[in-house]
Amino acid sequence: MFLDSIVDLLPELNQAFLETMLMVGIGLLVALILGLPMGILLYVTDRGLFLENRLVKSVVGMIVNLIRSIPFIILLVFLLPFTKWLVDTTTGPLAASVSLSVAAIPFYARIVESSAREIDKGVIEAAVAAGASPWLIIKDIIFPEAKPGLISGLTITAISLIGYSAMAGTVGGGGIGDLAIRYGYYRYDDTVMFTTVIVLIVLVQLIQYLGDFIAKAVNKR
Amino acid sequence: MITLENIEKVYETKSQRVIGVDKVSLTIQKGEIYGIVGYSGAGKSTLLRCINILERPTSGKVIVDGVDLLQLSGKKLREARQSIGMIFQGFYLVSSKTVFDNVAFALKAAGVDRAERKDRVLELLSLVGLADKANQYPAQLSGGQKQRVSIARALANNPKVLLCDEATSALDPSTTKSILSLLKKINEELGITIVIITHEMEVVKEICDRCAVMQDGKIVEQGASYEIFANPMESLTKEFIKTVLDFQLPAKLVQNCTGTLVKLQFRGNLAEEAVVSDMLQQHSVKGNILHGKVEYIREKPLGIFIMEIIGEQPEVNKAINYLENRVQQVEVIQGVS
Repeated sequence: MFLDSIVDLLPELNQAFLETMLMVGIGLLVALILGLPMGILLYVTDRGLFLENRLVKSVVGMIVNLIRSIPFIILLVFLLPFTKWLVDTTTGPLAASVSLSVAAIPFYARIVESSAREIDKGVIEAAVAAGASPWLIIKDIIFPEAKPGLISGLTITAISLIGYSAMAGTVGGGGIGDLAIRYGYYRYDDTVMFTTVIVLIVLVQLIQYLGDFIAKAVNKR
Repeated sequence: MITLENIEKVYETKSQRVIGVDKVSLTIQKGEIYGIVGYSGAGKSTLLRCINILERPTSGKVIVDGVDLLQLSGKKLREARQSIGMIFQGFYLVSSKTVFDNVAFALKAAGVDRAERKDRVLELLSLVGLADKANQYPAQLSGGQKQRVSIARALANNPKVLLCDEATSALDPSTTKSILSLLKKINEELGITIVIITHEMEVVKEICDRCAVMQDGKIVEQGASYEIFANPMESLTKEFIKTVLDFQLPAKLVQNCTGTLVKLQFRGNLAEEAVVSDMLQQHSVKGNILHGKVEYIREKPLGIFIMEIIGEQPEVNKAINYLENRVQQVEVIQGVS
């Protein structure tokens, strides 16, 4: 009976899994495209660095803090008009990825900033003394030096996004979280509940393992 | 080559005003090796960093190779920095790059194209004796090798000046020697002007033509290294010299001395002449050497001896007189003079 219900569930589980991957994937991609430069900007405009700029640093820092201080479930609701305008719907995985992306950008930006800070300031200074341009320093020193941190940061972001995506399920966002809520919470179907939890555990473990593996492989220290 | 005029660096925080460098003026000639000595916190590092504007002086003028650096900014300043190499106590190599790429980075910064970079990097690595380490990562190198890589990086764009910020302080004595002789070789063969910041008098003794002693952001004494060693004026300078030339006698030995204790200083060729034996032959006194050393300051000998002269007082006085005529500096430490 237990097996039967899982087999029955398979098509829907499969669909939910793909939806989760889509949401997390879009969120990660946006985090990389926008969060990474934002984190670098936060770092290089800091005091004593080669593009020190108090105004930029505090404005960007404030925006980041602002978004990060809103609990995700509230951000999700708060962004509904924006989501509606951007993707013309407020339900489904695509709509959910809008809020996920907005949450992922500052999250990853802070991680990028702190992993860049791990770089010995002297290394940056030696590059400045060599007469390197800011862009060359970012591309050729900061990126490769911070790479292990950037990759484990991406892992942390991915795992957080899986958690967030489950919350997106509560407002009809789709994905594994949505499945768990619909069957496990509204219908008291423990089998579905357990299955989704196991799928989530395996997924998180896999991502963590993969992230650690890559971060270790690129670390030359 | 380098002219610093009234350099002042002030750090202002909300509550206090700290003076890092206090109106220092300094001229460093083309092709010389110049040492700046001082304890940590004396402002020597800040002064050095003012030369390539890593630290922008609050006021003053920095002229390197005829260019007023404080007038430059952006691209112009970056280009000027390419002709001023710099090495550090902490090496500061990029850990994720190979030795080859670390050196190539400096060339990349100067816009040298890929093919040319390759030849130049290999040339530099063989200059510093690391041609076989091109594909290793900094973590696989010893401290001395890391410093060699950073020297290769600093020399990449044919600089006219090399700034060394405590470059040997993290190295053991024998590695220090080998790095110093590499710096000397660079100075002699490539004609690069070198400025060295250090707290080790050994470094000055070994390679500096001239040096300055810094304290509280000011230069308290400067001159040719040999003169500084032979005749230090300021108490701080004396303290530093002592680390290399210390002639402290055990108190007990001094107490038991019956004769007159004199300290003799021989300079240059005199260190090789038989002044003491002449003195002993021509006077009826006995001599007893208690302490002595010949140091080579940039290969020029400086001899210092402490001896006890025993005999009748008039004869001892005559002997001391004789020494005073032949030796630059005679100092009676104990006894009648």
